[in-house]
Amino acid sequence: MADDKDSGEMGLQEIQKKIKDAFEVFDHESNDTVDVREIGTIIRSLGCCPSEGELHDLIAEVEEEEPTGYIRLEKFLPMMVKVLLERRYRPIPEDLLLQAFEVLDAAKEGFLTKEELMKYMTEEGEPFTQEEMEEMLSAALDPETNTIQYRDYLAMMVIDEN
Amino acid sequence: MGSGSSTPHHFVLQKAESAFKAAVLIQRWYRRYIARLEMRRRCTWSIFQSIEYAGQQDQVKLHDFFSYLVDHFTPSSHNERDFLSCMFTEKRLLKDPEMEKYCDYESIEVPDYYTGPHVSFPLLPDHATALVEAFKQKKQLHARYVVNILHEARNHLIQLPNINRISTCYSEEITVCGDLHGQLDDLIFIFYKNGLPSPERSYVFNGDFVDRGKGSIEILMILFAFMLVYPKEFHLNRGNHEDHIVNLRYGFTKEVMHKYKVHGKKILKMLQEVFCWLPLATLIDGKVLIIHGGISDKTNLELLEKLERHKIISTMKYTKKPEKEKLVEESRSSSPWFPLKSRSVPSSPLRLSPQKGSRSASIPCSFIPNRKEISKRVRKSVQLELEKCRQQVGVSEFKVQEELPLLPPESELDSCDLEGVNYEEWKQVADILWSDPMPQEGCKANTARGEGCYFGPNVTEQMLQRHNLQFLIRSHECKPEGYEFCHNRKVLTIFSASNYYEVGSNRGAYVKLGRDLIPHIVQYQANRATHTLTMRQRISRVEESALRALREKLFAHSSSLLGAFKSYDLDGTNFITLSDWSAAVESVLHLGLPWRVLRPQLVTHTTNNMLEYKSWLNDLAKEQLSHENIQSSLLEVLYRNRSNLETIFRIIDSDHSGLISFDEFRQIWKLFSSHMNIDISDESICDLARSIDFNKDGNIDINEFLEAFRLVEQSYLEDKDSELKTSETSDSSCSSQGIH
Repeated sequence: MADDKDSGEMGLQEIQKKIKDAFEVFDHESNDTVDVREIGTIIRSLGCCPSEGELHDLIAEVEEEEPTGYIRLEKFLPMMVKVLLERRYRPIPEDLLLQAFEVLDAAKEGFLTKEELMKYMTEEGEPFTQEEMEEMLSAALDPETNTIQYRDYLAMMVIDEN
Repeated sequence: MGSGSSTPHHFVLQKAESAFKAAVLIQRWYRRYIARLEMRRRCTWSIFQSIEYAGQQDQVKLHDFFSYLVDHFTPSSHNERDFLSCMFTEKRLLKDPEMEKYCDYESIEVPDYYTGPHVSFPLLPDHATALVEAFKQKKQLHARYVVNILHEARNHLIQLPNINRISTCYSEEITVCGDLHGQLDDLIFIFYKNGLPSPERSYVFNGDFVDRGKGSIEILMILFAFMLVYPKEFHLNRGNHEDHIVNLRYGFTKEVMHKYKVHGKKILKMLQEVFCWLPLATLIDGKVLIIHGGISDKTNLELLEKLERHKIISTMKYTKKPEKEKLVEESRSSSPWFPLKSRSVPSSPLRLSPQKGSRSASIPCSFIPNRKEISKRVRKSVQLELEKCRQQVGVSEFKVQEELPLLPPESELDSCDLEGVNYEEWKQVADILWSDPMPQEGCKANTARGEGCYFGPNVTEQMLQRHNLQFLIRSHECKPEGYEFCHNRKVLTIFSASNYYEVGSNRGAYVKLGRDLIPHIVQYQANRATHTLTMRQRISRVEESALRALREKLFAHSSSLLGAFKSYDLDGTNFITLSDWSAAVESVLHLGLPWRVLRPQLVTHTTNNMLEYKSWLNDLAKEQLSHENIQSSLLEVLYRNRSNLETIFRIIDSDHSGLISFDEFRQIWKLFSSHMNIDISDESICDLARSIDFNKDGNIDINEFLEAFRLVEQSYLEDKDSELKTSETSDSSCSSQGIH
């Protein structure tokens, strides 16, 4: 998503419309509410990259007093506008990601074994679910060597994003 | 909350903590990636659905168009008059001696060189299994056997009640399948995975067996064969696509005519008489109701059981109730003259409009009845003719009179007389076949489809209580997982055509019920290739297909879009903001899509966040155009109306020869454009017709005309998707996937 010029009225309106559009994709009942479980997807698709913990905090801000399982647009919109204007949760630059993989690559061999990646992703940090792990492996794993050649993987993903 | 980018640019602390932080980083990044994929997937789905529904609305518009013509058009020449009468009287007007011919299969000879399956009666389980095997090997069933099976199927169906009552006492389990839409692979897969039908294994197929896919006739043959072999255990419900009008548009008619060049017409006519006899619903243990579409707040099982279902040949609107304003208008201007082609019905002396002088007048008229009466009279004549044919076949109960007495003008009631079924009964069936559930309470008209309703959880609840039911099973809507529960798990949608929109778009599913009536869902995807692709690749493929369809639609509205863009560019700079682009596009296309989310994929070149709209439109056109000699605006118009035109063509081509004359082509175009407010000159049409007539014999091959558009699509496909090589041979005359 391109960076919008966020100075002045025009910028604000455009941001609001963008948020509304993304929100509507998940508003199945057409009543300006979405299931709380889809909020993460909406926020991330608008260009932000929060961690799970940060996401939970955001949700807590916009939930009802008595959580209904739904988030209303009228609460979500102002919060999201602020997040976008303040440029919070920016995406991670490629070189930083590479460093992260290198940290996990204890032996500094330029790749991670399947077991290593699985262990880190499902036991450390904010653990993956089984499904998330499988999906990541399906693209990241080099079936011939059973390893993750993370430099190549990242390069491919970055192209894909654009 | 602190600032979001809390990630420091150096990992200072101990290794464990750095590993933790690194993991979080990667997970954070990955989850965002997945979220963006999910968003794309949802948008893709919206695109397909909105285009599909827009197509269905077109279908309704088309029929309103015909009614409109009937009601308003004043033919100005001999040709136009005949043309109109040909359109309206349609092929349901079977002449007496012909009907017998249609049921006759014995005269069709099976040649010695025929290598396909043979069928004899009484049908045995082995025959049915052999059919499945033969179709797996891509054999085609001979027309003689097709007609034979249809004949027997009809005889069987006639005995069935409107609502099939079945029980889990007799067979251990019942498997319910949803829409198949001509996708033979899915049916074969279901039988492979779940087992063939047998006395211990009951099946219910919930409608929409045909259209869109390429194996509709084969599916029908298999389903009818098993129905004949296991009449107590194998059940079929009618869907909204078991309807010859819908088939004209959505590909089944085309498929039959292509596969059965000699006997196709006969088969199609027989099918009309088979479809209308399909039961409307199935009830399991008196507790689970299975209908194809849904219900409305007026749905009444007692009424449904009593009505004569075979009289409802089609649930597409034929005629609207005439509106009061039109009547007033009509009395002032000249009323349409409406002749009948059939010889055996006495012609109605309905010639009006004295200004148009020299018509070959049949009978001079002595009075001028009002238009509504004319419509009713015509319908009655059609009805009469049909009754006579039915009588021939021994189906009708009514003795048909030779002469049509002059009917007194009928009073303006709410109920339209449609082929001997009153409006209320017709609506009951239309609701069952077309409705969709909605999350909100209440019941309102289904504007997306043009027929049936949207029904809410309270309507479901009332229905269940009224008839002491546990839950409903319906189909009719494609779901990504092949099934979906709603209304507090009281409504189950089951959809059995996997990869419906595109390879990888969705799974198919079927549901099994045992004595406990607890639904067990089984999902599948009948295409091995998708299993090996990553989610990203699957989504990309489907997405590309959706975007292509969307770009096509955008191109088809180029002129309107240009106008809309210009209205945002009052200074004449040739640039508009991206925000204005989104607003303009929605105002023209009315698809309700999230344009701002889709924008990055539709608009690739911007300068300072501004779009040079004219070059964007040009780029769109470059993708779509193939023939330089056809003016782009004309092509745009034709493109937009491609499906409608095709449907009209097929109706006009009454002998299913695949050819129409120049004159007929021009007539169609004139009529169509006058109704749709399209401004194309006669000359352009003539030029177009001439350029399409490749062999210069004064006839236009419909398929070649439509092929022109397919070639555009094909060359685009070949360029972009070299990795998506399918082994199917592209058969231009056969209905294929793609948006109809």
